[in-house]
Amino acid sequence: MKLMKLLLIITIVLLSGVGFAGQTVDNVKAKGFVQAGANGDLFGFGKPDEKGIWRGLDVDTGRAIAAAVFGDASKIKFIPLTAVQRFTALQSGEIDVLCRNATQTLGRDSELGLDFAQVNYYDGQGFLVPKKMKLKNAKQLDGATVCVLPGTTTELNVADYFRVNKMKMKPVVIENNAELAKAFFAGRCDVLTSDASQLAGIRAVAPKPDDYVILPDIISKEPLAPAVRHGDNQWKDIVNYSVLAMIEAEELGITSKNVDEMLKSANPAVQRFLGVAPGNGKALGLNEKWAYNIIKQVGNYGEVFERNVGKNTPLKLERGLNALWKNGGLMYSPPFR
Amino acid sequence: MQKGASSNATPDTEQGISFFNDRKIRAVAYQIAALFMVGLLGYYLFSNTVANLQRQAIATGFGFLNKQASFEIGESLIHYSAADTYVRALLVGVLNTLKVAFVGIVLTVVLGTFLGIARLSTNWLVAKLAAVYIEVMQDIPILLQLFFWYSFFYDILPAPREAIEPFAGVFMSNRGLVFAVPQWHPVYTYIAAAGLAGCIGAYVLRKWARKRQERTGQIFPVFIFSLGIIIGLPFVTWLSAGAPHKMSVPQLVGFNFQGGLNMSPEFGALLLGLVLYTAAFVAEIVRAGIQAISKGQTEAAMAIGLKRGQILNLVILPQALRVIIPPLTSQMLNLTKNSSLAVAIGFPDFVSVASTTINQTGQAIEGISLIMLVYLCFSLLTSLFMNWYNKKMALIER
Amino acid sequence: MVQLPRDNNQTDRLRAPVIRIGAWQWLKSNLFNGVFNSVVTILVCIFLYKIIPPFVRWAFIDSLWLSTADQCRAGDGACWSIIPANIRFIIFGFYPYELHWRPTVAMIMLISLLFYSKNRNHWNTSLGYIWIAGLLIMGILMRGGIWGLTAVESDQWGGLPLTLMLSVFGMFAAYPLGILLALGRRSKMPAIKTLCILYIELIRGVPLISLLFMSAVLFPLFLPAGLTVNKIIRAQAAIILFTAAYIAEVVRGGLQAISRGQYEAAESLGLNYVQKMRLVVLPQALKIVIPPTVGILISAFKDTSLVVIIALYDILKTTRSVLGNPSWMGFSPEAYIFVALIYFVCCYAMSNYSRRLERELHS
Repeated sequence: MKLMKLLLIITIVLLSGVGFAGQTVDNVKAKGFVQAGANGDLFGFGKPDEKGIWRGLDVDTGRAIAAAVFGDASKIKFIPLTAVQRFTALQSGEIDVLCRNATQTLGRDSELGLDFAQVNYYDGQGFLVPKKMKLKNAKQLDGATVCVLPGTTTELNVADYFRVNKMKMKPVVIENNAELAKAFFAGRCDVLTSDASQLAGIRAVAPKPDDYVILPDIISKEPLAPAVRHGDNQWKDIVNYSVLAMIEAEELGITSKNVDEMLKSANPAVQRFLGVAPGNGKALGLNEKWAYNIIKQVGNYGEVFERNVGKNTPLKLERGLNALWKNGGLMYSPPFR
Repeated sequence: MQKGASSNATPDTEQGISFFNDRKIRAVAYQIAALFMVGLLGYYLFSNTVANLQRQAIATGFGFLNKQASFEIGESLIHYSAADTYVRALLVGVLNTLKVAFVGIVLTVVLGTFLGIARLSTNWLVAKLAAVYIEVMQDIPILLQLFFWYSFFYDILPAPREAIEPFAGVFMSNRGLVFAVPQWHPVYTYIAAAGLAGCIGAYVLRKWARKRQERTGQIFPVFIFSLGIIIGLPFVTWLSAGAPHKMSVPQLVGFNFQGGLNMSPEFGALLLGLVLYTAAFVAEIVRAGIQAISKGQTEAAMAIGLKRGQILNLVILPQALRVIIPPLTSQMLNLTKNSSLAVAIGFPDFVSVASTTINQTGQAIEGISLIMLVYLCFSLLTSLFMNWYNKKMALIER
Repeated sequence: MVQLPRDNNQTDRLRAPVIRIGAWQWLKSNLFNGVFNSVVTILVCIFLYKIIPPFVRWAFIDSLWLSTADQCRAGDGACWSIIPANIRFIIFGFYPYELHWRPTVAMIMLISLLFYSKNRNHWNTSLGYIWIAGLLIMGILMRGGIWGLTAVESDQWGGLPLTLMLSVFGMFAAYPLGILLALGRRSKMPAIKTLCILYIELIRGVPLISLLFMSAVLFPLFLPAGLTVNKIIRAQAAIILFTAAYIAEVVRGGLQAISRGQYEAAESLGLNYVQKMRLVVLPQALKIVIPPTVGILISAFKDTSLVVIIALYDILKTTRSVLGNPSWMGFSPEAYIFVALIYFVCCYAMSNYSRRLERELHS
């Protein structure tokens, strides 16, 4: 009876976010902000800085969504989530969108009741090893102790890889990127496996980065994408096109710096994109200026990439698969018309 | 809500009160109301959950248990590979939890008893050091201690190639502690059986000796003989098998040590953290137990001419244990429950495996129910033991 | 053991009583009374000599207090610089940077309130009102939204204020709930008794982490679609429900210790159940169990650190987050020692206080 009373009190008095079943976008607009799930421990993708301000590629993706919906990239709140919590947080409606380097898989798309939007980072799983091991490729890893994040697709991929190649492994699982890296540098394991982007980042922060090499083998495909609840098409479209708008802007040469000049552009594609020639906004149920706001406040994909994970950051990542299709990458946006 | 909860010892004396003031009727009404509300709450939560799961087409049920787990587990007492099922993976987790709990409890009791006695030492330095230790350890969260030990563990110890060898056959590196163990030989099964037989023999001997003492008053040196049986039987078995003494000595092969017995840093840090933390509480319990026995007991025992060993065995220990055992059991249970923090430092205990399972299958409800169920079983077994022990002690009291 | 110089022919006489004063006598009687103790003392001294000087050198002599991470890597000693360089994130977490004065004021208020309540002379009804008012003001300071204060949602709270909030609110809410559960468990009504026993034993049988998992992962699924409760509040609820079960058991011990005569006397005065409990039984029972209750509160305070596992940014998590920063990676001993010190000071103050109370109440 007391339990009952307490539960009722908790639910009634301390209720902090009351939404309504149905369209996420209406719900978000009523709330006045987007609630996003983020990583919290992944430098370059989602992590608070020393002032407590969120930084990262995933976080900026979330900000782009807020800019599209509200015209204000700051109208978003991030909740740090562990790997275990991330999908239930979305399923239960605690968050509106999950921007937490989640790999799109068939199982997650179907059984977990999720929908993945446009990929914001194409990754693949690789291996980081100390140079003094003198390894040429991953086939020589038989018997190795492997540092890996638990509960991820990486954990499954590496188990598959070793099984397929009839090799033995001993996993060391630590649920925190920083601790994992630390354990690896201290020599707790022979090899660290993770998404290649993270390997670069981890290598970059090593006491002596030159002592470590990333093996050439990429053993999996890891398309990292923001996720939304299954069955809400309008909201999925908004999230999807918020990511695509950043890609399209890069292709059109629109940056946060020149976006105001671009408003005067004679190019009909640019005019449609920036809402000078209306139509796109109405189609998505957003302000016509939505794409303009994304680019103005967050930047195009190239800018976001360089700012968070690019050459001038500790991660020093190449564009690689994440270059525009014109440059040999996979980033390709459908026409904005 | 408690108004009607009558604690009146004689409720049947009430007569001639109005219907609503009748305590019995009010009590029944309150209980029905309470049950109804709990039931309603349960139904509310259940129906919401079902609706939520259906709306989003989330898979349910324990069907996943028989699917292939596809993830590796770092250490296991039984054979396990990624091709095994989730059931087996979870079983590995349960066994790992039991392993850390068992070893941890043994070490905690030893260290805690030692600290408890040290706390009462007449040596000022020793008593103060023990007191400081107990206070500091009790006041720092166990999770923080685990983090600390884990980072400490691999930060100070060298890589396997430069492993420290404090004794022959023992290697310490940041891969853990590896030590030589006797190589497996079929006779070890018989030795274990002989040891068990020795224990049973010693028990029977003790019963017989006590009976004889009650009948004739003669004292039989049970301890020496029991020791002889318990150690002698396995030793004779070992000798009769030709005294196999080949050791499995760890050797650095490829990346890691092969052979010997390995204690991983995760296990080491978890064990160290749990033991050092819980021992502080056990020390306080032991101290209280010893202090609970008045000096008069010892003096009285001496006055009737008992020897020192007899005083300890027959007078002090039985009384001290009665004070010590109940809180000690609850500390053991605490240690077992705290071992669930292994998830934070990567030791594959049950919670850790279950949370990986939740993650890979997305079936959180099933996973968390399993966690709760397993720990409830542990504590149920412990309280069964406690009930049995309390009953036994209560008999002795008279 | 202690002999004063005297003539040989006088040894058979009764010796004068030895007065043990002075440092030397003290050493003799406390450290070197007997061969065994002398050996132990010497061994302990050697052990301390091996441990303490290197530690002092590392922690103080060679240490750096206000340097950059790179300077730290060059040095041998402890790098305490990690604390001042990141102190504001460690203490305040995600709380907006320019509004940090608000949690600071709230924490100072809380500490002064605690100090004020230490004195038993201040224990009266008005103290209760002071606390309620104080907590209300602290809440307003933290949350804002009125009096021209910018609103800061509770999901932005972090660091030390979060740790303190989880513990203080946990204790305040769990205590009455625990009393109710204890009364329920002692109730004569079988249904209520069973429910309370079930609840208490169920909660005490599982680790807190499983309840936190439940609050973080499952609880949202239990609510109707669209209805969500903030993560911090869910964790808070889990801590309250957990602590209440333990308090219930302690209070039950106190209730059992009250003699039957007290109950009967209260009944013979014609008091009803509520009056009997409120005026006669509970005041005595709760007084007996103050020391173990403080023990429960201390463990509740320590247990708030477990919210790390569900990614709430309490002080332990903010510290770990700083350690995840590439430049500060590897200085975990320093950072953990700092956090341990904070926990130690709080817990030590509480346990010391409980011991003092125990003495006062027994005398």
